[in-house]
Amino acid sequence: MLHTLAVLVENHPGVLIRVAGLFARRGYNIDSLTVCQTEDPEVSRMTIVVNGDDQVIEQVRNQLSKLVVVHSVTDLTGESVVDRELALIRIEVSAETRSVVLQTVEVFRGRVVDMGRSNITVELTGDIAKIDAFVNAIRPYGLLELVRTGKIAILRSEV
Amino acid sequence: MSEEKKGLKGATILLNALHQEGVDVIFGYPGGVLLPLYDALLDSPIRHVLARHEQGVVYAADGYSRVSGKVGVCLATSGPGATNVVTGIANAYSDSIPLVVLTGQVSTSSLGSDSFQEVDIIGITMPITKHSYLVKDPRDLPRIVKEAFYIARTGRPGPVLIDLPKDVLAKENVEPFPSDMKLKGYKVFGRDNNSKIEEVVKALSDCKKPVLYAGGGVVTAGAEGAIRQLAEKADLPVVTTLMGVGSLPFGHPNLLGMVGMHGTVTANYAVDDCDLLIAVGVRFDDRVTSGLGHRFATKAKVIHIDIDPVEISKVVKTNIQIVGDARKVLEEVLESLPDSTVPQVTEWWTRLRVWKKDHALSYDLNRLTPQMVIECLGELASENTIITTDVGQHQMWAAQYYPTTHPRNYATSCGLGAMGYGLPAAVGAQFARPDDLVVLITGDGSLQMSIQELGTIAQNKLPIKIILLNNGVLGMVRQWQKTFYEGRLSSIQLEGNPDFVKVAEAYGMLGINVDSPDQVRTAISQAINHPGPVLVNFTISPDEAVLPLVPPGKEITEMIVR
Repeated sequence: MLHTLAVLVENHPGVLIRVAGLFARRGYNIDSLTVCQTEDPEVSRMTIVVNGDDQVIEQVRNQLSKLVVVHSVTDLTGESVVDRELALIRIEVSAETRSVVLQTVEVFRGRVVDMGRSNITVELTGDIAKIDAFVNAIRPYGLLELVRTGKIAILRSEV
Repeated sequence: MSEEKKGLKGATILLNALHQEGVDVIFGYPGGVLLPLYDALLDSPIRHVLARHEQGVVYAADGYSRVSGKVGVCLATSGPGATNVVTGIANAYSDSIPLVVLTGQVSTSSLGSDSFQEVDIIGITMPITKHSYLVKDPRDLPRIVKEAFYIARTGRPGPVLIDLPKDVLAKENVEPFPSDMKLKGYKVFGRDNNSKIEEVVKALSDCKKPVLYAGGGVVTAGAEGAIRQLAEKADLPVVTTLMGVGSLPFGHPNLLGMVGMHGTVTANYAVDDCDLLIAVGVRFDDRVTSGLGHRFATKAKVIHIDIDPVEISKVVKTNIQIVGDARKVLEEVLESLPDSTVPQVTEWWTRLRVWKKDHALSYDLNRLTPQMVIECLGELASENTIITTDVGQHQMWAAQYYPTTHPRNYATSCGLGAMGYGLPAAVGAQFARPDDLVVLITGDGSLQMSIQELGTIAQNKLPIKIILLNNGVLGMVRQWQKTFYEGRLSSIQLEGNPDFVKVAEAYGMLGINVDSPDQVRTAISQAINHPGPVLVNFTISPDEAVLPLVPPGKEITEMIVR
C-alpha cells in the first residue's frame, strides 16, 4: 500500500542521497519526494510517498531512523492529516475549447497563471485525488505539460 | 613561538584529536595528499604502522579492534589508496566492527574536477559505512573526530569514514572550534520495556527444549560472562554463530558447537527441534538459516535480543523482541530468574547427549589432516593465544576444532567472507596485544591475497606464527564443484604456487615444511617456542572436505555428513 513518511533531516549537502539510497538498495521506487527547510533552518523536512508492503516499509523506516542525519521518521499513513499537492498544468486551448477548459478550471478552483495564444497554464492545489481528477477532466482537450510537487502533509492538531 | 602563530596546523589538530580518543596506533600507507599529515605524524605520540597495501591497513585496524574491543584506525591516501580500503570497510560493516577510516582527498578547490588521484570515496562507501564525513573546514576536526569515534563504537558498531582534503590538513594557524558533538539525529537504541524480561523468564520456565543461540552481539557487548551464567543457571544448551565463536568456552559441557552450514549435527538438530530459541546478538544470517527464515526453528518460541531494531523480524518471525545491549538484557534476565523457574531440561539433555555421541566431529588419524593440525595447535597454544583466519575450508576447520576460550581471541571475516583478511588482521592483533601469541591459520589461496604483508611482519619484528594448510587448490570452491557440479573442476588449481618456506625465509622468517602426521607436534611446538615469526607449511590433500555441510537452500537438518 501507499505510505507517506515525514522525515526530519539535517539541512546539509549529501543528506538526500543517503535517504534516497536506502530506498534504492531495497529496490523501492519513491512515488514522490518533497524536501525543504523547516521552521528550524538547520532541519529540513522530507515528505516521501512510497509503495510497499507494511513489513518492508517498517524495515525501511527503521533503517532511515538509523541514519545519523535523520532526526525522526513518522509514518503518516492512516493518521489524520492535512495533505496537499501543487500542480502547474499547461493545457492546449482553441476557440472552441477555451470556455469549457476555463469552466473546468473554475470548478476545480484552479487559477490561470499564464496565457498564450494556443495554451493556458493553470495552478491547482489539493489532495492527490483532486489533481488526478482535474488532469483526467482536461486531458481530452490537450494536456501539454504537467508539473506536480508531490504530496506534503501535516498532522491535524487535536481539537 | 611568534605572536601571530597562535593556532596549529590542520594535520596536528587531527592527530591531537585522535590522541584524545586514546588512539595509540594507526595502520596506514602514505601518498601525495597525505604529505602534511605524515609530516605532522613525526611529532605525534601516535605510532604509525606502514603496511604493504591499503587492503592491509584496514584489515589490520579491524584485527586490532576485534581482539581489543577498541576502535581501530587506518589511513589511506586519496584515489587508489581510498578504493583499496573499500573491501575492508565492507568487511567491518558486515561484522559490525568499530573502525575510523581516514582517507586523503584532493584539495577542496579541486573537488569534483577529476583531478589526479581523486575519487568520491564518500559516495563509493555510503552503503557500507555507518556514517561518513568530508571535512571542509579544519576548525571542525575536533568535533568530527569525536563524533566519528562515538558513532563507530556505540549502538551497533561499524566503520566511520573521514575524508580529509589536502588543504584542510595543510592549513596553518588554525584555531579549532570546540569538540562538542552535534548529533541530534543519532540514536543509540536501548531497552525500555521491563515487561519483556518477565516474558523471557516465563518462557524459560515453561519450556522443555531450550537453546541459547549466541552471535557477534554477545562479543560486542562483552556478554560472554552473562551467557555462561545463564547457560549454567538454567542448564541451557548453547549454539553459536561464526561471529559468536568463544561466547562459551570450547569444551564447556553446555556448548553444542557452531550452528548452520558447517555447524555440528547436534547444534543444527537442536535448533530445529527446540521449543524455545533465545537468539542473542544474531541476525539469522543465511549461512545459519540456509536462507530459509520461514523454516527455521519452526517448533520454537523465538526470543530475539539485539541492539539494532532493524534486525528484529528481518529474517525470522519472532515472538518476543528486545532491543538492547545483550549484556544488560541478559543480566536483567539473570536477576529476574528465580532458581525455581529453571526449565526442566533433563530429557532434552538426554537426547542432545545421544546426538553429540553419535555425531561427534571426527577425522582420520593416519594421514596428515588439517583437523589434526588445528587440534594439535589447540593443545600446545596457551589459553590467551589469538587466532586469526582467512576465508575458506581452513576457516571452518579452525572454527570447528580450535578450542577458543574467549571471543576476543578469535578474529575472522564472517559476513563478507573476505580472503586476504587473516595476515593483516594478525598484524593488527599483535599490535593490540603485544604480549599474547598470535597465530594465523590460513590456506594457500587466501595467504596469497595478502602475502605482501609478510614485509610488515618483518619490518616490525612481529612474532606471528602462520599455520598454512596448503592443498594447492582453492579448496572450498573445489569442494562445492565436487559436491554440487558433478566434479567439474573449474579454475581452482593453484599451479605456480611458490615454495612458501622459501618465501618466508626470504622475509627473514623461520620456515618449516610438514608432510606427515608424526611431524605435526614437533613443528607446532618449534613454531610456538621460536622467538620470531614462523611459517609452517602443512601439505594436505585437496580432497579434505569440510563436514558437515548443509547444502544451500536445504533445511539445516539436511546435512551432508560424510
